[in-house]
Amino acid sequence: MQSFEYASPTTLQEALSLLSTQWGEVDILAGGTDLLALMKDYIHTPKRVVNIKGIKELGGIQQTSAGLRIGAIVTIRELLENELVQKEYPALIQAARGIRGMQLRNMGTIGGDLCQRPRCWYFRNGFGLLALKDGKSLIPDGENRYHAIFPQGQAYFVSASSFGPPLIALGARVKLASTGGTRELPVEQFFVAPQREGEREIALKPNEILTEILVPPAKGVRNATYEIRPDEGVNWPLVTASVALRMEGNRVASARIVMGHVGPTPVQAVKAAAWLKGKQITEAVAEEAGRRAVEGAKPLSQNGYKVQLAQVAVKRALLAAVAK
Amino acid sequence: MSRPQKRGTTTRRHGVSRRSFIRGVSLGTGALQAGLFPLTLDAAQSAAKVVGPGPVEVTLWVNGKQHTLKVEPRVTLLDALRDRLGIVGPKRSCDRGTCGSCTVLLDGKAVYACSILAIDAAGKNIQTPEILGEGSEPDVVARAFVNQDAMQCGYCTPGFAIAVKAFLEKYPNPTDELIKEELSGNLCRCGTYVGIRRAIYEAAKHMGGRNG
Amino acid sequence: MAEYRWPPVNQRRVIGRPVNRVDGLVKVTGRATYSSDVRRPGMLYAALLTCPYAHARVRSIDVSEAERSPGVRAVQVLAPAGTEINWAGADVAMVAAETEEQARDAVRKIKVDYEVLPHLVKEFDLSRAQAMNRAKPSGEAVTGDPDQALKEADVVFEGEYTIPVITHSCLQPHGQVVAWGEKEIEFFANTQAVSTVGADLAKALEVPAEIVHVQQHSVGGAYGSKFQAESWAAAAARLSKAAGGRPVWFHLDRRTELEVAGCRPSYRARIKIGAKKDGTITVWDSQSWATGGFTGGGLSANLLPFVFVKIPNKRFNHTAVSVNTAPARAWRAPNFPQVAFLTCAALEDLAAQMKMDPLELFLKNVQYTDRPEVYAWQLKKAAELIEWQKKWHPRGQGEKGPVKTGLGIGIGTWGGLGHAAQCRTRIHPDGTVEIELGSQDLGTGTRTVICQVAAESLGLRVGDIRLKIGDNRYPVAGASGGSTTVGGVSAATRRSTLNALDELFKRVAPSLGVSPDQLEAVDGRIRVKGDPSKSLSWKEACQKIGNSPIEAMGANDPKSPGGLISGGVGGVQMAEVRVDTETGQVRLNKLVIVQDCGMIINPKTAESQCYGAATMSICAALMEERIMDQLTGRFINAAYDFYRIASIMDVGEIVVHLDNRPEHDARGVIGLGEPPVVPTIAAISNAVANAIGVRVPEVPITPDRVLAALARRKA
Repeated sequence: MQSFEYASPTTLQEALSLLSTQWGEVDILAGGTDLLALMKDYIHTPKRVVNIKGIKELGGIQQTSAGLRIGAIVTIRELLENELVQKEYPALIQAARGIRGMQLRNMGTIGGDLCQRPRCWYFRNGFGLLALKDGKSLIPDGENRYHAIFPQGQAYFVSASSFGPPLIALGARVKLASTGGTRELPVEQFFVAPQREGEREIALKPNEILTEILVPPAKGVRNATYEIRPDEGVNWPLVTASVALRMEGNRVASARIVMGHVGPTPVQAVKAAAWLKGKQITEAVAEEAGRRAVEGAKPLSQNGYKVQLAQVAVKRALLAAVAK
Repeated sequence: MSRPQKRGTTTRRHGVSRRSFIRGVSLGTGALQAGLFPLTLDAAQSAAKVVGPGPVEVTLWVNGKQHTLKVEPRVTLLDALRDRLGIVGPKRSCDRGTCGSCTVLLDGKAVYACSILAIDAAGKNIQTPEILGEGSEPDVVARAFVNQDAMQCGYCTPGFAIAVKAFLEKYPNPTDELIKEELSGNLCRCGTYVGIRRAIYEAAKHMGGRNG
Repeated sequence: MAEYRWPPVNQRRVIGRPVNRVDGLVKVTGRATYSSDVRRPGMLYAALLTCPYAHARVRSIDVSEAERSPGVRAVQVLAPAGTEINWAGADVAMVAAETEEQARDAVRKIKVDYEVLPHLVKEFDLSRAQAMNRAKPSGEAVTGDPDQALKEADVVFEGEYTIPVITHSCLQPHGQVVAWGEKEIEFFANTQAVSTVGADLAKALEVPAEIVHVQQHSVGGAYGSKFQAESWAAAAARLSKAAGGRPVWFHLDRRTELEVAGCRPSYRARIKIGAKKDGTITVWDSQSWATGGFTGGGLSANLLPFVFVKIPNKRFNHTAVSVNTAPARAWRAPNFPQVAFLTCAALEDLAAQMKMDPLELFLKNVQYTDRPEVYAWQLKKAAELIEWQKKWHPRGQGEKGPVKTGLGIGIGTWGGLGHAAQCRTRIHPDGTVEIELGSQDLGTGTRTVICQVAAESLGLRVGDIRLKIGDNRYPVAGASGGSTTVGGVSAATRRSTLNALDELFKRVAPSLGVSPDQLEAVDGRIRVKGDPSKSLSWKEACQKIGNSPIEAMGANDPKSPGGLISGGVGGVQMAEVRVDTETGQVRLNKLVIVQDCGMIINPKTAESQCYGAATMSICAALMEERIMDQLTGRFINAAYDFYRIASIMDVGEIVVHLDNRPEHDARGVIGLGEPPVVPTIAAISNAVANAIGVRVPEVPITPDRVLAALARRKA
């Protein structure tokens, strides 16, 4: 780890004043479960680290008229144990349950989950997020069993976020603060696919802090997350799917289907979701929706199996959402 | 967490309030050394609160004892405990927050000491696996690990045992499902999981749980 | 005492009891000391620069900036200009500084100019390996007439199977603390060879062996990867010397540990088996290739077919492939888990092709093993414990839904015996008993079994024994490898303690008015055989010793092991798995282990050996794999978030049945470290095939491979 200066401000304004306008100079520390590893591997070499865990206004989960407000430094543990979340947002609880291990649950934060860097092994081995060599990505001809089946341009890594897919399915927004003020983005616009080395995979600017997540009310919205894991350990899932279904009686009025770990951003299955409109979720309908969700997938040499996994994850998430 | 104490409580910091040592970090020692850094960093308004990159005085409360030491902000809690304080029960193995050998309790919660900066743990109540042997008799979790032969080389064992301790404090009635979700963050290469599972249930029984 | 025997079963008081391991509490409470826990006054920390390329030549190396870096006390160049480096992760330079952070900072200031050379890191691309002249045939061995036998066979099965390189992955990385002082080199080691690793270091440093003092309390995993002194130990010693004798701490980081500090060879084999209609195998014909890293990967003819060695017609053909990765090291039962998988998978596939119950096929062919009766009994016992008759179904004909269960068989063998070991027993006039051996406890329970043997001999309790191991100034004991430790140390301890007791009898006999041969040591007393009323407590008896303690040696000589120990075991395992055929996820429901191991000193630690060994092979069967990237030449998954080993609930129910029927007990002690690691992968792979109706030909059996196999079956 390269040495750095450190601050642990207690107000958001103080924290914002410590940020930089350029990536790479300052890193924001919350749970630390990703950042410290990145720094130890010299993937990140910030000159300053700003610990935001002491900023009270970034914590807490509250019910508001617009839905649920989840502070960025809310831990996975707090989220799992929150009754408001448990009551209306099984998709979030199921995603949180996929984050295994007491330690990660106690340390990791929801903001950290959204801002964590991808797990692509070329990136983690120092070959860059796009793993470019002479302008061309190493990944299509390399070891790509865990990579994107919905790549975007040269971006073949997959978003590592556990909460991105369910938050997008639920129509959540993130609030980003800078010294100039705050802005809000739908979560789906928070994730981006960089096309040049050095660009980030999130829309956050280096002088901004993700302060909170706003999740619309989900009363009557059937929602679920289904993860396909390689084993029972602390590992990233191979594929996940989150769904949110606004129902009219037992028929779907509108739907969102979002797949995780299949592309550089969470991937929305827009057509499959539209197809669900007016339908009752049966095994056959769920299966067909799964098939439609993976249309257009462009698997690489070693990750064709993820197409089937995504299809199954969508099917099972839909069935879980409507299960009693 | 040795026997005389109540479940979930932590050793009191005698006579020292949390406020009085302001997260244990002495602010004066490592004022911003602006010269080291390019001018893109504008810290003017907050300069007083920025410390490092040189050594900073930090107070760590470990197993009820106060330690004041000078460490750079980049030093992890694990390395501070092991290399500066000689508290070697927490082990370094992956050093990337995946294996659990470094597990300690921070204000009663299991965390990876390799993935926390020492300066960030300042002022908090840190408990290491050594506490399992500090009471008048060994902790029930330690005894259950021995009875069930829940160890071989023993390198993962202290971190595993302290994680189990925190787990049972939180879930006095463990189930396999809870064990799977909460204790999968500790790896054992010798393959002692069968014994550890038995030790969890044995200790739960002695701690008064129903599922022991 | 002319003859050394174990007491008959009904007279054992300590041996055979499930005693808690003696260092258990020390370990669990964080008080056991590993080399990485050693803290010495003035200790420096070292950091290592390794090569990022799989194949390169060092054009130049400049350490001047590192030498000037804050806190640095010494720098060693390990790959000077001109050095050809043959794998990524190889040593380049090492720095010692006041703190580890400073040492790492300095390492990053070393400037190396590499000439990057072409590399090969994927062994299964045989044509590329041949084109690069990296594939070396290691000969052909033929028994009988395999070609004729294949023509005459009623059934011929052909299959191809693959098992990748995996690492040792010790949770305590390799490393040590070493201090090169004026008179001696203190070497706080991390080794499975306490008595020999000092001389190994001395040789590297070109100093007399006697000046290296090795000490070790505990070692955090070894599994065959921690025999040698290592280049890092020598480098750290030189740094220590350069820094005026200050101790130098150095341990590998996780990435380098995975990259260079131990792996085992991969194998791929094309196997043809011919059989008669009744399932009797008549011919085996295999072509295999493998790598053990840069030095290639050998496999001798007597390892394939495995266990079924007496198949009358056999052809064995093997090619060793050299790749640009660190060399393989002995991995728990070297080569055996791999060849057990290759052999048992082919046998089970043959049974499936013949629509035969594989249990029947295995039983039919135990005649070709060295221990037909043992295997037949163990197969039946394991079948009973896993409820084979009730649960087995023909391949692929299980449940209707997407989740299928299946059963599979694996079979193994191992040698054992005992390494050369010396033990010294001292009985002091105050009654204290000291036992010394230059041995080590890898977590196998060595300390505990030595204490049990000594306590048994002397009629004492385990807690009465003061055991000292882990120092090369104690009597020489062998390295812990090949499951030879328990044999070596138990036989040496038995002889040493009985010799000491003989001497004690001599000193005590006059006061009890009998001859020494009429005495026995039981329950903390020395008493007259047949007349327990005439006795002295242990303490009283020891007061008769006089001023200087009784000291007696005892040895195990591998060339004449006597009746205390033995070698050669069988072992059968059966697995029950469930497979989600929509997702390819495999989970282990249950594993049954039936294992013979001679006389059992401690059933508790013996069972732990079985759980542990099987768990390591569960990892190999379902999750563990070194993934080399040909584009970058790197071990691309050298971190625990990608290099996966089992967590607590990845391991299903494990049932251990130690086969210690009287005929096994009578053979004496046999090591148990390796045998149970051997059959597991085969059992799990066969169970998956049984569940889903098709072989997944490559382990680990991950979702991608399961789905690919199912797709091939459909096609």
